[in-house]
Amino acid sequence: MTAAIEVQDLSKRFRIYREKPTSLKQRLLAGRTRAEDFWALRDVSFEVAEGEFLALIGHNGSGKSTLLKVIAGILRPTQGLVRQRGRMAGLLELGAGFHPELTGRENVYLNASFLGLSRRETDGVYDDIVAFAELGDFMETAVKFYSSGMLVRLGFACAVHVDPEVILIDEVLAVGDEAFQGRCLDRVRTFQKEGRTIVLVTHALDMARQLSDRAVMLDHGLVHAIGSPDEVVREMRLTILRHDLEFAREGGTREVEILGGSLLRGLDPLAGALAPGDCVTLQVDLKANEPVDDPVVSFALHDAANNYVFGSDTAQQGVGLGWLDGKRRVRFQLGPVPFTGGQYWVTVGVHSRDNQRVYHVQDQRYSFEVRQIEGRKDQAYVPVTAEVEDL
Amino acid sequence: MQPFRGAPIAAVARTAERTSEPPHLRLRQRIRELWDYREVLLNLVRKELKVKYTGSVLGAVWSLLNPVVFLAVFTFVAKVLGAAAKDYAEFLLAGLLAWNLFSVSLTSGAISVISNANLVKKVSFPREILPLATVGVALVDFGLQSLVFFAFLAIAYGFSLSVIWLYPIAFVALLLFTVAVTLWVSSMNVRYRDLTHLIGLALLVWFWLTPIVYGIARVHSTLIAKPHGALLWRVYLLNPMAWIIGGFQTALYHSDDAHDVLIPLSTGQLAAGLGVIVLASGLLLYGTWRVFFGLSGDFAEEL
Repeated sequence: MTAAIEVQDLSKRFRIYREKPTSLKQRLLAGRTRAEDFWALRDVSFEVAEGEFLALIGHNGSGKSTLLKVIAGILRPTQGLVRQRGRMAGLLELGAGFHPELTGRENVYLNASFLGLSRRETDGVYDDIVAFAELGDFMETAVKFYSSGMLVRLGFACAVHVDPEVILIDEVLAVGDEAFQGRCLDRVRTFQKEGRTIVLVTHALDMARQLSDRAVMLDHGLVHAIGSPDEVVREMRLTILRHDLEFAREGGTREVEILGGSLLRGLDPLAGALAPGDCVTLQVDLKANEPVDDPVVSFALHDAANNYVFGSDTAQQGVGLGWLDGKRRVRFQLGPVPFTGGQYWVTVGVHSRDNQRVYHVQDQRYSFEVRQIEGRKDQAYVPVTAEVEDL
Repeated sequence: MQPFRGAPIAAVARTAERTSEPPHLRLRQRIRELWDYREVLLNLVRKELKVKYTGSVLGAVWSLLNPVVFLAVFTFVAKVLGAAAKDYAEFLLAGLLAWNLFSVSLTSGAISVISNANLVKKVSFPREILPLATVGVALVDFGLQSLVFFAFLAIAYGFSLSVIWLYPIAFVALLLFTVAVTLWVSSMNVRYRDLTHLIGLALLVWFWLTPIVYGIARVHSTLIAKPHGALLWRVYLLNPMAWIIGGFQTALYHSDDAHDVLIPLSTGQLAAGLGVIVLASGLLLYGTWRVFFGLSGDFAEEL
């Protein structure tokens, strides 16, 4: 298979000026202005095959957007090269080609011409664009009167109705309401099926995992991981975790301290992802720095989007720790987990029975992953047994 | 979901290579790329015109009104005060409309890349289109105003077929020279913002060094009477705009005092001079285009 995009040893340096010398006088005195080098990309190499869907992930400032701009030809490499075959459309920012004084209709034509459509071709898709954006009544209004949501819809509608072989998308699927997002995703999937090459920059890790064929993770301008989306997304989550560990949100008065928590399957440490319906044990080790009476240990689960999912505590389960002086171990055995595909974060805490005193909390310190069952869209897992009997 | 309609677009080059080297300008290929993006150019010109007249009731009529008012005012002023030429309003407009095309292109072309920073940073397209669009806008105004002026000339004055053929030559020279200089100032202005101010001053000096409000014949007679007069006259003629404006005036102005006002050269000499300017402007255009092309890769970063 031929490569639609080749990136070879690509580096990009930005000069950061304290004060950018923009006048002749400042230029002539340039010896005095201090420029610092900032390498946004360093020796980045990868290929995107024709028809492949590549997801670019990484923390803020990792160089994703810079990389996309170099591929699009907006920025020039400092070293290395980018070779790109086929007609390309970049969707680097929604509504980037819009002019506030022009009407929606005029902006559609302007924007479509940037994406490479002639006037006649735009005539051909104009109605589809308006229908996709659901802006039928507003096309003769100047876009300066549009809400940001309307702008976003019109921008995406333009972009998905051109007919490019290579599409670059920068973090624009995350905007708009849910229904519109759904349609955008449908459109991207259609593009994929039609064999178009897609490079998507995104922070939505689950989306990257579900949609892409391959993923590249950038970290401080370097390629940190490249490979199957599952592996790269896992690596990304691990670095997030490591990152979080450094700034772990912990608190409490520390009369009782959590020595550590762990997730077990049976008695063994949990390895790999769980399947829906698996059982898991949360084990929490405690140490009392001062004797306390009848503390309560609690836990909470959050999903990857930080939504609270479930929680419980020893009091609720009818277990008492009694007079705590020294070390003790608490085990929560979670029955068949009803979750499907995704990462879950565990918060554990220990506090007084009246909840007035929090001894120690570790906020979303631990995590486990549940696999999505291949080819299913289940939102939850419910254990089911089926019976058949004669009547 | 509707299936795609329309032919595949032919917008971006089939294989594009981007390296750290400032790209080398390959004229033929670049012109083809620009041709592929002609729709953007047209849309940007439309946009500029639309934005220029948005909120005004008369819109483009303002452009047409301009030469009408000029004609009226200067006919009156010349009658009352006396002037450099007999039909002064005609003489003035013959040169002034051409000069305006040049000066408006330069002034708005200088800021064309800067004021479209939003596009340059976010959208990929040949950057030449930005200064070219400002020339396009100036060209539309020039066309509209010329129409009014020609209508007036035809009614009041008539055209002389023996000289009107100079008009297209002068026009080509003007256009090439304007595009060449506009490309240069628009690329340099990204880095040296001083240029915006400098251009204003330079155009003011240049305007008075060019025979627009005064007759070039008088410059000739004054200079030639001085010691080293012939040399001074040649130096004066180093200004390409003097030739170009002279060409427009010779083509359009043929009052009975034409001999005392117009450039004291035969139409053949004038045409030859304009031909040289066309060639030189073509070379200049190639040079400034190369400068622009080399710098344009860094526009997104410099803005």
